[in-house]
Amino acid sequence: MTSTLKHAHEYRDPRIAQGLVRLIRRTNQRPVRLMEVCGTHTMAIFRHGIRDLLPETISLLSGPGCPVCVTSQHDIDTFVAYAQRPGTIVATFGDLLRVPGSRSSLQAAKAAGRDVRVVYSTMDALEIARQNRGRSVVFLGVGFETTAPTVAASILAARQSGLDNFYVVSAHKTVPPALAALMQNDAVVIDGFILPGHVSVIIGRRAYQAFFDTHGTPCAIAGFEPADILHAVQLLCAQIETGRPALVNAYPRAVSEGGNPLAREVMAQVFAASDAEWRGIGRIPGSGLSLCAGFTDRDARQALPVEVPPAREPAGCACGAILTGAKTPPECALFRKACTPMNPVGPCMVSSEGTCAAYYRYHG
Amino acid sequence: MCLAIPSRITTVDGDLGVVDVAGVQRTASLLLIENPQVGDWVIVHAGFAIKRLDEETARESLQCLREAARLLEDEGDGEA
Ligand code: SF4
Repeated sequence: MTSTLKHAHEYRDPRIAQGLVRLIRRTNQRPVRLMEVCGTHTMAIFRHGIRDLLPETISLLSGPGCPVCVTSQHDIDTFVAYAQRPGTIVATFGDLLRVPGSRSSLQAAKAAGRDVRVVYSTMDALEIARQNRGRSVVFLGVGFETTAPTVAASILAARQSGLDNFYVVSAHKTVPPALAALMQNDAVVIDGFILPGHVSVIIGRRAYQAFFDTHGTPCAIAGFEPADILHAVQLLCAQIETGRPALVNAYPRAVSEGGNPLAREVMAQVFAASDAEWRGIGRIPGSGLSLCAGFTDRDARQALPVEVPPAREPAGCACGAILTGAKTPPECALFRKACTPMNPVGPCMVSSEGTCAAYYRYHG
Repeated sequence: MCLAIPSRITTVDGDLGVVDVAGVQRTASLLLIENPQVGDWVIVHAGFAIKRLDEETARESLQCLREAARLLEDEGDGEA
């Protein structure tokens, strides 16, 4: 038996959770809609049954926090096109495999004999490049600011060790511009944001300041234990009831003002902000990360261009509305019928961080 | 992809380390944290340690939460 961090364990203490729930019930008077923008929060909220603990006046909405889910259909099709490219090995995190593209998926390409390999880390992808010098190894980069530095580190390592057969398709996205886009979306009403814990580990509290100054939406950065999430909800309710919005860091054991300087530096060396297409939200200016001018030789889209036919969205799938909190999965006609985790129609049912998958697993 | 569970560094070998994640040993890159040491509690994401957890702050925050939770118990149905 190994020890776990003593405090981590204590953050699961049900007595603290109960106390916080009582505090929330006392603070909260009016109906509020809070959105979490992190797939790991979505999973934690379901796993710990947090929705059932809260008064009915508080709705928790799942936002665009699942990296695979927000990846546009065009980007998924691009990934499949790389899998079909002769002489290419595609390396990817596992949850992309089963996402249906317009015409095929990575899993179908793999079943048809294409070389698609699931890796646990970008360093594993580098190792594949080292062992297959005669072939191009393309890593499919999805994820937010948490994942982007790990991909940037692999690109720097590839350059350092002269691995010129390692490429990345970057479909990385950044969270603060998405918050602004959500606030501008008339279909969505959000009274406060539960901000992502591990994205914030990298970017720091300060990275949300410009968003907060513009929109004045209550914000709390939260960790992943029940007490962390309930504490964030309580702080947000207090801000809403008193009419004094703030940008608070409720996860200070992991999140600082300026984030992780090493990770930010590695990211800044390799990536530059660009516009990006989000499923369900559309194009958000400055919300993507593309490889900088100095790294075009590692950028698969530039160094190994592939033809990608126009995208077709999965018919009947409401992932777009789900990712903005405009709909919940049971409001999708396909949920639990044509669309199940065994037979997913859209990405929100594929990824373990997806809202549809979480509802399927935990709601009746 | 993201392990929300804190992990502990058990060996350090240059930029690479082994972390213990609730009893499972995994290799992790230590490239993104400064001066990693055996025994450090870290957050691991996609095979990289991305942050050393601050135990002192963890303890202080917990104390605040306890107080917030307990204050209400005292006012309410009073179980310690
Ligand atoms: S239930 Fe399936 S089809 Fe409906 S929104 Fe979710 S992923 Fe799309």
